[in-house]
Formats: sequence, structure tokens, C-alpha cells
Amino acid sequence: MSAAQFLSIFISAVFIYNVILSRFLGLCSFIAISKETKPALAMSLSVVFVTTMSSIITWLIYRFLLIPFGLTYLRTISFILVIATFVQFVEMVTRKVSPAMYRFFGIYLPLITVNCAVMGVAVLNSDMFFVQGKPVAGSFVYATFQGICVGLGYTLAMLLMSGIRERLELCSIPKAVKDFPLAFIIASIMSLSFLGFNGFKF
Amino acid sequence: MKKFFNEFLKGIIRENPTFVLALGLCPTLAVSVSVTNGIGMGIAATFVLLGSNIIIALIKNIVPARIRIPCYIVVIATFVTIAEMTMKAYSPALNRALGIYVPLIVVNCIVLGRAEAYAQKQSVLNSFFDGLGMGVGFTLALILISAIREFFGAGTIFGRALFKSFEPAFVLGMPSGALLVIGLLLGFFNLLKMRKEE
Repeated sequence: MSAAQFLSIFISAVFIYNVILSRFLGLCSFIAISKETKPALAMSLSVVFVTTMSSIITWLIYRFLLIPFGLTYLRTISFILVIATFVQFVEMVTRKVSPAMYRFFGIYLPLITVNCAVMGVAVLNSDMFFVQGKPVAGSFVYATFQGICVGLGYTLAMLLMSGIRERLELCSIPKAVKDFPLAFIIASIMSLSFLGFNGFKF
Repeated sequence: MKKFFNEFLKGIIRENPTFVLALGLCPTLAVSVSVTNGIGMGIAATFVLLGSNIIIALIKNIVPARIRIPCYIVVIATFVTIAEMTMKAYSPALNRALGIYVPLIVVNCIVLGRAEAYAQKQSVLNSFFDGLGMGVGFTLALILISAIREFFGAGTIFGRALFKSFEPAFVLGMPSGALLVIGLLLGFFNLLKMRKEE
């Protein structure tokens, strides 16, 4: 475990392999909810929370249940079930504990269940930080940190996109590319500029 | 028979999952670097769609409505695991090329979307043809996108070079190229639809 390792996880998860602009995970919500900044921010914060928590939970399941019993082929089923249950649980808790927070975040939680970014980071963690069924040194901390960073990368792309689209509302756009097609073209240009971070590799 | 044929056909053009419903775009964009990858992903997704549609149409009366989503997810994940293991055994190269996007079929919105919107209300046979049509429509869309990207981005089709002196536009092979191609294609199909309505 070293600071350089953390920095490299941070830069590669947020900039070089940004979940949305380079790995295309969570694209549906990215296009659908990025019309205004406020809901985009609420959605992003819920994604940061869920990716972090699900990284922790899925790491524990992979390390202490699936590997010891030789069940790694059940990875997909167990991960998605645990993530779906966890998200449902969080939704129920927020509704009960704080209705105000539920109105702000809660409505996005069911959407996160089938958000590829959450499942993607869980699968990625089990691919990257386990070598032949053994966790690498500091694996748990790296996995958690990668969960946070993937969420931050999502937030960054989401905020940039919603800012651009808010301004676009005032422009006259050809009818055929209004909304979705234009959003993809903007995302393409953003992704091109993120390509510049490739030089950061170390 | 004609009714089944219609169920099959609607997934290909009128309700094409990629271009009309705009579902399941994550894998579409990520794997469409080459036509071979596109076809591989298309077949895997079609298999999962078919299997889950049939099973969900069969169990629709047993599953309580409140916990239906987790139940559907388990069914879908089972088929994804089968597809993943088969691919690992018989085509390891393809499995490496598709990477994490194979297990991610489980969160592909097309599969759960069809289960919610179609299979849980219809008969088994109808669901079978709906799944088949959606799968084929998805595969065709993948082939179209990956053919454009491979042709202009690398100057090859199925990995074979087509020209002697052709300077490919590498950007189309990169993530931003995928987003550009899908954006322009969606706009193009919108334009066609508007022309037709006029």
C-alpha cells in the first residue's frame, strides 16, 4: 500500500477510465437525468454512496463466501442480488428516517439497482484486486477506494454534462438531433477531451 | 403464425431496442470496436433474453408482485452465468475481448425491460418470439454500429484489411467515436421518422 498506488487508482478511475466517458457504464441514467444540475447532483451523490458501499459488501462476499467455498462462478448472481437488496434497504431506511432526504435522493435509488456502474465496479474489483483466488495486499482498502473514485468520476461527468445541457436549452437545435442524439454527440466531444488524460499514465 | 411473426418483426424495426427504445446502450458502445465482438455480444444477449423471457412467462403467476424484480434478476443472472461459462469454455478469446461486459448483461436494461413490459403479461410463445425479435434487433444494431466503427476506424471488416492505402480515422475506434456514431445514427433515424410523418 503506497500513496502512489492510491493516486494511480484515483486518476485512472476518475479521468483515464472514467466510468461514463470511457467505460460506458451508467450511460442510461447519465443521458436521462443530466438535463438539469440539481437532480444530476442528487443522483451522483447517491451513486457515490452506493458504489462505495457495494464495493465493500461485494468484496467481503467474494473474499469470505465465494472463494473459500469454490463458488466464484456464482459471482454475477450473488453480486447483483446483494446490490439490489442493499439499494432497496437504503430506500426503505431513508423513507422512514428522513422524508426530506427521501424526496431529494430516494426517487433515484430504484434506478441505481440496474445501474451498470455499481455492478461494474464490483466486478472490476474482483478482477483487479484478486490474483488467482487470493486477495492482493491491501486489496480491501483499494477496492473501497476504487468504489469511491468511480462514484466521483460519475459525478464529474454528470455535472459537466448537465451544465452544458442547461445552456443548450436556449439554443436553436435541429429537430432531428434534439435531446438524446445531441446528448451523445456532446458526450463524444467530452470523451475526446478526457482522452488527453491518457498522458497521465504511470 | 402471422401473429408470432409480427411479434418477432417488431423488435427488429418498429421497436428496435437500441435505436427506438434506446435501451442497453452500455454494452452496445463498449464492445462495438469490431464486428466479431458485436456479433458475440449480440448472440450472448439474445440467449439471455430468450431464456429469461420464457422462464418469466412461465412463472408469472407464481411470483408475488411485490418481490417480482429480485426474482426476475435471479432468473436473468442464471442465464448470464450460463452464457459466461459457455463463452469462457468455448471461446476464451472472445471472452477476453468482451471482458467485464459479459457479466454486465445482467444489468442490461433490455432484458429486465422486456421482462417487466412484456413477458410478465403474455403467453410463453408470445414471449419467446418477442425475446427472439428483440435479441435479433439488438444484434443487428450492434453489427451496424460495429461495422461503421471498424470500417472507418481501422479500415477492416471481420479483421480483414479492405484497402491497401487507407488512413483510418482512429478516433472512431476509441470511446468518443462510439458516442459520436450512436449520436449521429439516432439523429439520422429521427430524421427518417420525421420525413415519413410529413
